[in-house]
Order: sequence, then structure tokens, then C-alpha cells
Amino acid sequence: MSPVVKIQDLHKIYESGEVPVHAVRGVSLEIQRGEFIALMGASGSGKSTLMNMLGCLDRPTRGTYELDGIDIDELDRNELADLRNQKLGFVFQGFNLLARTTALENVELPMLYGRHRKVSMEKIRERAMHCLEIVGLANRFDHFPNQLSGGQQQRVAIARGLVNEPQVLLADEPTGNLDSKTSVEVMGVFQKLNEQGITIVMVTHELDIAKYCRRNLILRDGVVVRDEMVADRTIAEEEMQRIKAAEAAAKLTHQAKSGA
Amino acid sequence: MHFTNTLRVALRALRRNTLRSLLTALGMIIGVAAVITMVSIGSGAKAQVEAQVASLGQNLITVMPGSYSSGGMRGGFGSSVSLTPEDADAIAAEVANIDGLSAEVRDRNQVLANGLNWNTNVNGVGPDYPYVRNWPMESGAMFTEQDVKSLGKVCVIGKTVADQMFPNEDPVGQTLRIRNLPFRILGVLTPKGFSIFGSDEDDVVLIPYTSHMRRVSRRTSISMIRIQAADADKVAQVKQSVEDLLTQRRRGREPDFTVRTQEELASAATATAKTMTGLLAGIAGVSLIVGGIGIMNIMLVSVTERTREIGIRLAIGAHGKDVLTQFLIEAILLSSLGGMVGVAVGVGGSQALSSYNGWPVLVPTTWIFISVAGSALVGIISGFYPAYKAAQLDPIDALRYE
Repeated sequence: MSPVVKIQDLHKIYESGEVPVHAVRGVSLEIQRGEFIALMGASGSGKSTLMNMLGCLDRPTRGTYELDGIDIDELDRNELADLRNQKLGFVFQGFNLLARTTALENVELPMLYGRHRKVSMEKIRERAMHCLEIVGLANRFDHFPNQLSGGQQQRVAIARGLVNEPQVLLADEPTGNLDSKTSVEVMGVFQKLNEQGITIVMVTHELDIAKYCRRNLILRDGVVVRDEMVADRTIAEEEMQRIKAAEAAAKLTHQAKSGA
Repeated sequence: MHFTNTLRVALRALRRNTLRSLLTALGMIIGVAAVITMVSIGSGAKAQVEAQVASLGQNLITVMPGSYSSGGMRGGFGSSVSLTPEDADAIAAEVANIDGLSAEVRDRNQVLANGLNWNTNVNGVGPDYPYVRNWPMESGAMFTEQDVKSLGKVCVIGKTVADQMFPNEDPVGQTLRIRNLPFRILGVLTPKGFSIFGSDEDDVVLIPYTSHMRRVSRRTSISMIRIQAADADKVAQVKQSVEDLLTQRRRGREPDFTVRTQEELASAATATAKTMTGLLAGIAGVSLIVGGIGIMNIMLVSVTERTREIGIRLAIGAHGKDVLTQFLIEAILLSSLGGMVGVAVGVGGSQALSSYNGWPVLVPTTWIFISVAGSALVGIISGFYPAYKAAQLDPIDALRYE
């Protein structure tokens, strides 16, 4: 099967400052369907720049990028927008939900654009509701973002990323703003989606988060320095049970202490 | 994006900021309400002036003598003595499409009756005069053609004269003395009030113009001829025929008369009211522009404040055009909803003014449409730049915006 993402010798040079910044210096990469990749690196390693290019938000200075067999170099601004709408799902570090807009309306948003122009509001609503069910938030559909916890907001964002059945789900530090337990919860959602066959690429700088993925790519100074499969994957469900057990134990000890 | 979706998105965005939307629309509401109220007051005043002009009579044409010129000294219009009763007879006999015609001789005299005296306008006219002036009798009757032919000593009097000379009794059948000649009062005219020039129309005694010329003023010329055309379309044609006839009767002498239609008079009289309306609408228009600037200001703030939102929309597949349409629709919705409420407030305000102050107020329907369309236009103009700015944002920069 052809790879869903095919990158060859990708370069990105920012000319805006006095000195041109060579952020990505020749990355070649193939991503197969069903992969779950963590893109790692220190800040300034070029991972965010690479992510922006993968997300078709930015164009490479040199090199080719084929997404699902389409060469993005040949597309104009609007065609790129349609490509993002149909083939990509985005999950951001800061969730980026619309404020004062319900969870359901946030999930509906991508369907209001692109090829869904002619789809009826009922269908859109139904599909958005289904995606909220997948992330386990169907009962919170009428909540506003400020009424939801960080983990719940990120799950709404994931539902929004899924709603157009993308080829690749791109997540930029999805757990960056979350505590460790909520991070496990969100990673669990990603693992579940990946098991259903969805391709996921995420940026992270946390090693233990990267361990939930199947493949780890490490960038340094704009080049890939390591590309390896994860040997001992962390499974979110097991991790969650371990945390719950630890919490219960902590409470037990606490109770025992106060009882004594 | 489908238009109904864009509309839905715009409505959601406005609902998210209800108070701000209301305050922004308030600028528009005040502007449009001001336009409607001002124009209503102006049109009311204009309609009143027009009604006064119409009270002169309908489809009226007046013939006045020209100016008198002797040895280099020139008199004004009406100073010439060239217009004769024969001119009036000739017009009546030869010009078609005339409904009524009356020669008129004007003078002021002291009149006596009932042991009282009063200085008033004594005008010599023809029997058609009340008809031509659209001025019916209140009691009694107008004198007839026979009275004109026989130089009859008869008269009809205006309401003011009736009140001054006969405060407690019916004047009809009584005698009024003009230049010591007894004139029998045949009737009293209905009150007409003040003319557009501010004089009391009812302060008048009408006698046959022949009696006036021979017995009272001893003039050989008449002051004017009033003609009523058969209908409004015929006014111009009658005017032309009268001019031709009188010119022909002058046999090559310099034309010494002027023929004017009521329209010319009306347009002069309504010009002031029109200027007034224009001025008021202009002032109100300024407030409309201020309202528009308010909308532009809020939309610009809104675009800056919602940069992240725009970034999200662009990232997940909105075209620049979608964002442009969304912000434009928001601006148009704000302004045209404001405009519609403004119309309601303006109409209500004019009615309130009219009942409270007793001002003549007329709400013109065309201006309601102009206001609503104008406010939508203001929305498009003031919304375009902010919307364009939003559409041009780069998704990455917009997403990073704090």
C-alpha cells in the first residue's frame, strides 16, 4: 500500500529576520496508514515547523510533500484549505476551541466548510454527536469549553479533528497543558483511535508520552537523528489502572493514618 | 461554505457577544431614527406649505400686467396699466379648456356698516371667483354675471369683515357702504385663514369688478386675471394659448404682461421647505455615518480579538472567502437590524412629536426603504475592511496569536 505521507528532502528556510533561519534541513519520511508516530526534539529542533508543513499550514522552501498521493506544491491557498478540511484533523496544545460555543457546535465546525457545504444540518449534527460519543463526551454536548476540564476540552478537540474522517490526525503537544493523569486519559483516546486504523502523528517533548506511540522520530537541528519503533509501548488502559490503584492506596494509607 | 451555514456562523458569533452587538446596533438605531424623524418633520412642513398653495385654487394660471416704464424709470411687475377687462373677456371667449376665469381689481377702502367702520381689501372680481379660488360660500350666494353687467351695488364679504362689522347679527341682506355707496351683502365666504404670505385672506369685500372700476376705484385697468384650467395636464397648454392670445391682441407691441402657473408659485414656496428637509436629513445622515464608523470600529476590534478563532477556522478548512463573508454578514446583520429598529423608533418618535407638539409630521415610505437599504450599505462599507483583514490572516500566525 502506498504511504499516506511521503516527504523527500524537505527544507524550510525563514527569510523574515536579518539572518535566514534554516529550520528544517532535508527531512525524508514515509508514513504508512495506521501508524502512530511521536515527533520529538528539543525546542528549536524544527519539529513544529515540520508539523506545520505536514499540516499543510506552511509550504516547504524545497523538497516535495505528497499527502495521500497529492503533491501539495501544486495547490493554491483554497485548495490547501480544502485538503486540510478533508484529509487532516488537527489537535492543538491549547485545545483551540471556540469560546462561548457548545462542545457540539465546536465539533460541527469543520463540517461547515469544504465539501460539506451541501450537507444538511441534521446530518452534520448526527455526525458530530457520533464523534463526541467516540471520545466519551456525548453527555456533555451542550457544555461550553469553560464548563469542561482540560482533558475534556482536549477530547472535544479530538472529536473535532475526527469529524471529517481524516487520513491523518495531527496533534501538536496534545498533552502539553494537561496533568499526568489527564494526559494518560487523552493518550488512551489516541491509542483507541489508532487501533481502529487512524493514522496519528503527534509532536511531544515528553519521553513517557512518546512511549504510547508505535514509532518515535527524533529531530535535532532540522534533521532526523533517530527513527525507531517503540519496543516497550505503554498501554494507556494499564497505566490508568496503575494510577487508580496508586490513588486508592494513597487514600488507604491516608485513612489508615488518620484512623490511628 | 453554504450561505445558510455562513449566516448561522455569523448569528452565533453575534449571539456570543450580545451586549456588544446591541451597543453597536444602537449607533445605527439612533442614526436611522434621527433620519426618519427629521425627514418626517421636513415632509410634514412641506406638505403643509403645499396644502396652503393648493388652497389658492387648483390648476390656477394668473395673468399679471407687465412692468411700467416711463422716461427710464421702471416700475415693478403689475405697475403697468395694460391689462383690461376686454383681455379677460377675450380669454374667456377664445381659449379652450378653461373651467373658470375671473378678472380682479384690488384696492383698500374704509367700509362702513352697522354704525362701525373698518379698513379692508375691496376687490372687484367676477362671479367665477369663489370657484376659481376653491372658496365656497358659508351663507348666502355669490353675485352673478348679471350683477357684473349691470354694475350692481352688491357684495360678498369674508369672515373677518363679517365678524368686525356684524358681531351679533347675520350680515346677509344688510348694507355695506363703500365710498359712501350702499352695497347689499349677498353672502359670506367660508373662513380661509392666512395665506402663505401671511396676510388674512378673510379680511376682504368682493364686489363686481365692473362696479369696482366705475364706481369705487375709477380705474381703467385690472390688477390680474385668474384662470382655472380644466385639468392639470392642460395647464401648460392654456398658459401658452393665453400668452399667444394676449400677444396677438397687443399687435406687435412689446408684451406687457406675465402669465404664471400655480406650479411655479408652488415650487417657489416649497423650495424653502425642501431646503429645510435636506438640511435636516443631512444632519441626520452625519449621525448615520457616525453609526457606520462605530460598526467598523467594533468589527476591527472583533477581528483582532478573534484572531485565534479565525486561525482555527482557516486551519480546519475555511477559505479566505468564507471568513470574509462571515464578518461581512455580521456587519450587515448588525447594521440592518439596527436600521430596522431605527425605523420603528423613528416612526414612533415622529408620531409622538406630532401628537405632543402638534407639528405636522409625515413619514415618507420611500425614506423608510432608503434608511433600511442605506443602513445595510453602511454595514457593507464599514464591514468590508475588517472582513478583508480577517480573510487575509495567515493561519499559523493567527493560531499563535495571544
